[in-house]
Amino acid sequence: MSLGDHDENGVSRRKVLECMTWAGTGVLWTLSGGVPRSLGLVDAARAAEQPAPGLTFLQISDSHVGFDKPANPNATGTLEEAVNRIKAMPVKPAFMIHTGDISHLSKAAEFDDADRIISQSRLDVHYVPGEHDFLDEDVKLYKERYGKGTRGSGWYSFDANGVHFVGLVNVVDLKAGGLGNLGAEQLAWLEQDLKGRSKSTPIVVFAHIPLWTVYPQWGWGTEDGGRALDSLKGFGSVTVLNGHIHQVMQKVEGNVTFHTARSTAFPQPAPGTAPSPGPMKVEDARLRSLLGIASIDFKVGDERLAIIDTPLAG
Amino acid sequence: MIQPVLRGAGLAAVLLVCATPLRAETIKVTIDNFTFTPTEVTVKVGDTVTWTNHDDIPHTVVSAGKYRSKTLDTDDSFSFTFAAAGDYKYFCSLHPHMTGLVKVE
Repeated sequence: MSLGDHDENGVSRRKVLECMTWAGTGVLWTLSGGVPRSLGLVDAARAAEQPAPGLTFLQISDSHVGFDKPANPNATGTLEEAVNRIKAMPVKPAFMIHTGDISHLSKAAEFDDADRIISQSRLDVHYVPGEHDFLDEDVKLYKERYGKGTRGSGWYSFDANGVHFVGLVNVVDLKAGGLGNLGAEQLAWLEQDLKGRSKSTPIVVFAHIPLWTVYPQWGWGTEDGGRALDSLKGFGSVTVLNGHIHQVMQKVEGNVTFHTARSTAFPQPAPGTAPSPGPMKVEDARLRSLLGIASIDFKVGDERLAIIDTPLAG
Repeated sequence: MIQPVLRGAGLAAVLLVCATPLRAETIKVTIDNFTFTPTEVTVKVGDTVTWTNHDDIPHTVVSAGKYRSKTLDTDDSFSFTFAAAGDYKYFCSLHPHMTGLVKVE
C-alpha cells in the first residue's frame, strides 16, 4: 500500500488502515458534480455522507488469464477472487475499466475464461489491450471481442456523467530499443478528440503501459507519451490510469495524476530491484497482499491527493 | 534442420583446408531475465541460430524485414538459418528494450 498526500478533507490515516483491510481489486472511483473522488468499498458510511454520487467506476488490470507459473499457478483463481469482491461491493459501480493483459498468450480459451469470469461482475467493461492480448497474428481475437466501435488498433473515447474517458493503445508497433508506442495516427486522433472540449471537463485517460517514464531500462514508459500529455495540457483535471508494471506507482505533475494499478495475477519487482521485470515469486502467504486494488481521492482544484491501494488480502 | 557439430580444433583444421564449411553449425542464444545471451553472436553463412526462451513471460525474436518468430512461450525455441552475410539486429517485439545482434560472416 502507498499513500499520497492528503488533507483534512481527504482520508485519515485510520481510514487508510481500514481500507487496507478491505479486500477487493481495482480502483474505485466516484464522480460527483463532475469531480472524481475515491470511494472505498468498506466506506459505506462515507458513501452515505455523499448521497447520489454522479458516477462510480472501478479499474482492474493485468489478469493474465492462462498464466500458470510459480509466481501464481492460478491466475484465473485470483481473478475470480477479485470479481467476487466486486460482486460483494455495497456500492455498485457504473462500469469497470480493464487496462490490459486480459490474457497471457492471446489464446481463444484464455479470452473465453476472462469473459466468463469478468462478466460475473455484471458491469460494463471498457478495455484497452496489453501486449499479451495482441500475440495472435492479425490481432483478431482482441479486436473481435473488445475492439468493436474502436479506431485503429483499439483506441476510443466516451463520456460518462460529464467526465471524458479516453482509452489509448500503446502496445503496437514497438520499436527496437524503445518503449511503449502510441504512433502518429493515434496522437492526431487524440488531439482532435480533445479539441473544443471545455478545459474544465475532467479527463480520464487509460492505457496499458504507463504514459510516463517509470523505468526505461525495463521498457516501463511510452516513447511518445509526452505528446499525448501535450494534448491534455490546459485541462484542469487529468487522470492517467495504467497497468503493465503490476505494482502501485503514482505521480502528480501539474494537473495530471498518474496512477498504476496492481495486477490480479502476479507481482513484478520494483524498478531495478531484480535482474528482470519478470513475475516475482513470493511466499504463497504473501501473494494476495501484492495483488489487488487501488482507490484514489482526487478533487479538481486541489493538486494534493490521497491514493489508497488495497490488496486482495492484507 | 542441420545437425549441430562442435567447433573443435580438429574441425577448424578441416575448415581451413576446405573452401566452404562442410557442415553448418547451430548456435544457441538463450533468453533469461529479459536478456538475449549472448547478446551478440558471430556466425558463418549457412549457420543456424536457435533462440530458447527460459523466462516465465513470452518473448519474440524479430529482425525487421528479415525474420520474425512466433510468440515463444516458456521453453519454446525459434531457429533461423542465415543464408547471407551481414549484421542482423533483432529485438523482442513485446519488450523492445531487449535487443541483440547476429553478425554473419
